[in-house]
Amino acid sequence: MPETKTDPVLLKAENVSMVFGGLKAVSDFNFHINRGELVGLIGPNGAGKTTAFNMFTGVYRPTTGEITLDGKSIVGMKPYQITKRGIARTFQNIRLFSELTVLENVKIAFHDRIKYSLAEAVLRVGRYLKEEEAIEEQALKLLSIFHLEKQADEKAKNLPYGAQRRLEIARALAAKPKLLLLDEPAAGMNPQETNELTEMIRWIRKEFGLTVLLIEHDMSLVMGLCERIYVLEYGTIIAEGTPEVIQKNPEVIRAYLGGED
Amino acid sequence: MKYLRTNDLKMLAFALVLFAVLQGLITGRVLNSFWQLNILIVGINIIMSVSLNLINGYTGQFSLGHAGFMAVGAYTAVVLTTNFHVAFLPALLAGAAAAGFLGFLIGLPTLRLRGDYLAIATLGLGEIIRIVIMNIDHVGGAAGFKGIPHKTTFVWVFFIMLFTLFFIKNFVNSKPGRACIAIRENEIAAEAMGVNTTKYKVMAFTIGAAFAGIAGGLFAQCFYLINPLSFTFMQSFNYLIMVVLGGLGSITGSIAGAFVVTFLSAALASWPEFRMIIYALALIFLMMKRPQGLFGYMEITNHGIFRKILKGGRKHA
Repeated sequence: MPETKTDPVLLKAENVSMVFGGLKAVSDFNFHINRGELVGLIGPNGAGKTTAFNMFTGVYRPTTGEITLDGKSIVGMKPYQITKRGIARTFQNIRLFSELTVLENVKIAFHDRIKYSLAEAVLRVGRYLKEEEAIEEQALKLLSIFHLEKQADEKAKNLPYGAQRRLEIARALAAKPKLLLLDEPAAGMNPQETNELTEMIRWIRKEFGLTVLLIEHDMSLVMGLCERIYVLEYGTIIAEGTPEVIQKNPEVIRAYLGGED
Repeated sequence: MKYLRTNDLKMLAFALVLFAVLQGLITGRVLNSFWQLNILIVGINIIMSVSLNLINGYTGQFSLGHAGFMAVGAYTAVVLTTNFHVAFLPALLAGAAAAGFLGFLIGLPTLRLRGDYLAIATLGLGEIIRIVIMNIDHVGGAAGFKGIPHKTTFVWVFFIMLFTLFFIKNFVNSKPGRACIAIRENEIAAEAMGVNTTKYKVMAFTIGAAFAGIAGGLFAQCFYLINPLSFTFMQSFNYLIMVVLGGLGSITGSIAGAFVVTFLSAALASWPEFRMIIYALALIFLMMKRPQGLFGYMEITNHGIFRKILKGGRKHA
């Protein structure tokens, strides 16, 4: 398909729904994100935001509907296959490889780009040394972007909370995604850390030519950073638009603050 | 990263010196035949514990059927050398291939299970293997397989053990090994980073089983007779003790564990009924004082004098 090159839409979800037993976690979910865009997904707790992420990354298979990346369906693919296609993510409840060092955490995400075979690895011949050297260098470079190079040899579980969040982003970037999904990247951060994170997200998007989708509760971050926002409530999208439009939308105000009937 | 190769060479040199010393002790008849046999058993147990550590310690898949794979390797090798007069090394490799293949076949369905369920499934599989062998008359059934030529020598055991150690050490410090460790640490995150978790679990299981098969072939040809009772659940448990005692996820730990357990049971050979009590007490004491095992996730090459000898880089590799 030659037109996919010019197609501005990177990820698209059409009429997607996700049912757990009798509970409709997400229904009639229509969503798209264009190349290079920075989009926010907000909504009250339990609205289905993380469920949407889990469907995009193959953790859940949607009950109905279609999800396409680059015009090709990714429904039914395993998470590792989707990562290979170019989606990387972070987790709401941090999931680092906690007993491993910061550097090793990042190295694991280079998985798909290492070409040497099992025999080359075990005998330490051929491409092994060269490729290992290259990924160590690249991993350290990524760590320095996130101000983690000094802690490279420390165990991930011993990092402070904010640093663990940054490490998760660094690790996701090491997988070289086209689309980066951030699940509450600022959760548990203080206002200053949140500000730094905002700058960092802006910077990496430009530097790596990324498309970013983020879930966030911190309104200052969402409104200051995102170009477009989707609002979810009870599994359906109730509003979509620029931050200015969303802030004035009565439906959104009702969902967040509660309104008189 | 050239230091990696230099370090490998240094470790190889150290191993050769150790080999020369031990071989000297054996040829010089400083050690009696009881301790000579025990040195062979230590070497074999090191292969067993390190390969089990790859599955249990590095990949985090709790397997309790390692003696079953050892049995497959042992019987394949002895049938080939005794009945078909195949040379020693090809017979060992055939045993490894048979055990590895079985590990692959068993791994595909069972590695979907987690934790306790996987432990019970592998425990059952180990027993099934043993009972199947017990009922094949061609290999002597319950009475055991007799007339095995003594082909296992210290040279074979030592160099196969050395190969195993290097193989597993280099494996866990490479892409597939990192994938296995990532699965242990957090399976969901590993999969999100592009790791095909099923593939690497089965890979670790297959490699572990294949090395158990080689160890089985070496073990069987230390003796005139083997019987299925050498490969019971208690044996699998013994290897697990070595791994846990030494530290899950540490090669140094598995070596130490194999040493301690083998020599302890050799020293207590005259009081078999006390052996299990002392094991149990030692394990309880260790779990209270050092739950991560003697070495935890650490390698001795990362510390002290070894750190100075093996220069360069961030960590032992």
